[in-house]
Amino acid sequence: MSLADESGPAVAAAIPRARAWVERVGSIRSVAFAVVLGIVVLALPALVSTFWLQIATSVAIYSIVALGLALLIGRVGLISLNQIALLAVGGWIALRLGFGTSLPYPLLLLATGVITGVIGTLIGLPALRLSGLYLALITLMAAAAITLALQATNFPNGGSGFLGYSGTAAGSVAASLRRPALLESNTAFYLGVVGVTALMFLLAALHVWGKAGRAWAAIRQSQPAAIAAGVNVTLYKLWAFALASFMTGIAGGLLASSAGGLTTYGFPTQDSITLLAVVLMGGIYSFWGPIVAALLLKLLPELLKNWGLPPDLLTILFGIGVLQVMLTAPAGLVVQVPRDFANLGRMVARRFSGAAEQAE
Amino acid sequence: MIEIADLTVRFGGVTPLDGMSVTFPEGTCGLIGPNGAGKTTFFNVLSGFVSPAAGRVRAFGVDLLAMAHFRRARWGLRRTFQTEQAIEALSVYDNVALVHEHSRGTRATRRRDVLDAIEFVGLEVDPHERVATLGGRDRRLVEVARALVGAPRVVLLDEPAAGLPEEETQHLGRVIRRIPEHTGALVVLVDHDMSLVSACCQITAVLDFGKLIAAGPTAEVLRDEHVIRAYLGTEEQL
Repeated sequence: MSLADESGPAVAAAIPRARAWVERVGSIRSVAFAVVLGIVVLALPALVSTFWLQIATSVAIYSIVALGLALLIGRVGLISLNQIALLAVGGWIALRLGFGTSLPYPLLLLATGVITGVIGTLIGLPALRLSGLYLALITLMAAAAITLALQATNFPNGGSGFLGYSGTAAGSVAASLRRPALLESNTAFYLGVVGVTALMFLLAALHVWGKAGRAWAAIRQSQPAAIAAGVNVTLYKLWAFALASFMTGIAGGLLASSAGGLTTYGFPTQDSITLLAVVLMGGIYSFWGPIVAALLLKLLPELLKNWGLPPDLLTILFGIGVLQVMLTAPAGLVVQVPRDFANLGRMVARRFSGAAEQAE
Repeated sequence: MIEIADLTVRFGGVTPLDGMSVTFPEGTCGLIGPNGAGKTTFFNVLSGFVSPAAGRVRAFGVDLLAMAHFRRARWGLRRTFQTEQAIEALSVYDNVALVHEHSRGTRATRRRDVLDAIEFVGLEVDPHERVATLGGRDRRLVEVARALVGAPRVVLLDEPAAGLPEEETQHLGRVIRRIPEHTGALVVLVDHDMSLVSACCQITAVLDFGKLIAAGPTAEVLRDEHVIRAYLGTEEQL
């Protein structure tokens, strides 16, 4: 499919076709990809420096956030622009619980996820009445409000009171969540994060392939059809928000334990929009999409810095990236790149066989 | 049995249903009328998409209007849509299972019930085929199969044959005629294809401008002079 023969309706028609393609071809290739990815991920600590290992940790954490957003957009058709703010909320809750209680780490993460899930669901309540642009606006406003509130309250650093912030300790104590003894080293923490990330992807997959996924697919296509099928649209929409927020909360907890801890300027409102851009670029119908999105979001800026290019270049790159994906591959890079490589392979093969025939 | 009494729907100054009273006893019943007569509005009231200004609907002794719309499917209300609404992103199997898992059907029999329904409507595709890849006829049949799983009580078919060629309409007719016996449900069929309605329905009701103008055995209703005048234009055209 070339750019030239694409028009508006053709793009719309291409979306379901692209979806079907992802899921059919995806199942064959996914196993191979997963094996390769698994080996690379596990071998990484032996291959790269501490700095790049921390980047890899952050890629894993943000892939959970991207997964939550991809579920909301790709599966249910809800556009949320407060996922990064929710990540910060998750971080805040994890730190508050970390300083205020002696919960074991897994329970602390779980509690963080549940509380963030409740908060995300409350923000999602307007989604029952609104959709599309209006929902996006409401969630963006919520993100801005959360960012402001965070700047006023700061992340807990062991101070007293409900907010748990101590201005006098701010210089010496980082807002950082204690890691369990088992995950103390950077390598162990990285592997722990990868494990939790895998669990989150499994949780999402179980939903998508089960009863919830079927209900979401119906809601996304047509609410009357969903209702006529007996789907409680309200419940399943809120459940989608709850699930995405739960996962984002857990990511926030992991981020709070990452090297350096959390700072209030680490979660600007516009990052939620950037997240939307990279999630769309990665692909919202495939589980590979959020991984690509996290690589674009967290690895690419570091690579640019490493190559001596200005990080502002990202804004331009993402803008062009979203435009090209929307126009030529609505299912995202995870579909487009393998397809284009397959086309390239065929082209080279044709050249080659053509040259061979001429030689004869 | 569905008993409808004094059903009235108003959209601003328009009255798409005006004091409709009719009883659909059992088997397959037809509901016909010119475009805009209120047939789909009637289905939308039963589905819960439209709230009536007045009137009662009792289906098998239950006050249908008092039930939340999505619970009506669980109770046993099923419908198809004028513009077919098979869920493209799901496979044929998942489309039907979607309804089954929100119905009175049990998990233990789900697989069998779903495959039964797919076979009953005569779908000859791989159940794991994605609906997006199917043609118009097969999508219609997927929608009909969805209406038949999980112990339906009332099946509303809104122009199921719209856009289908003659041969496929006949196939659909054969399927529709066997629904009451196969599932025990009462079927209400809305269609403009009089041969399909005649072939399927023992009882037919006729709406015109939101009012019920005739109801009774299908052959008699189609000969009724009010019906011919309102719906079919002139006698010669019949």
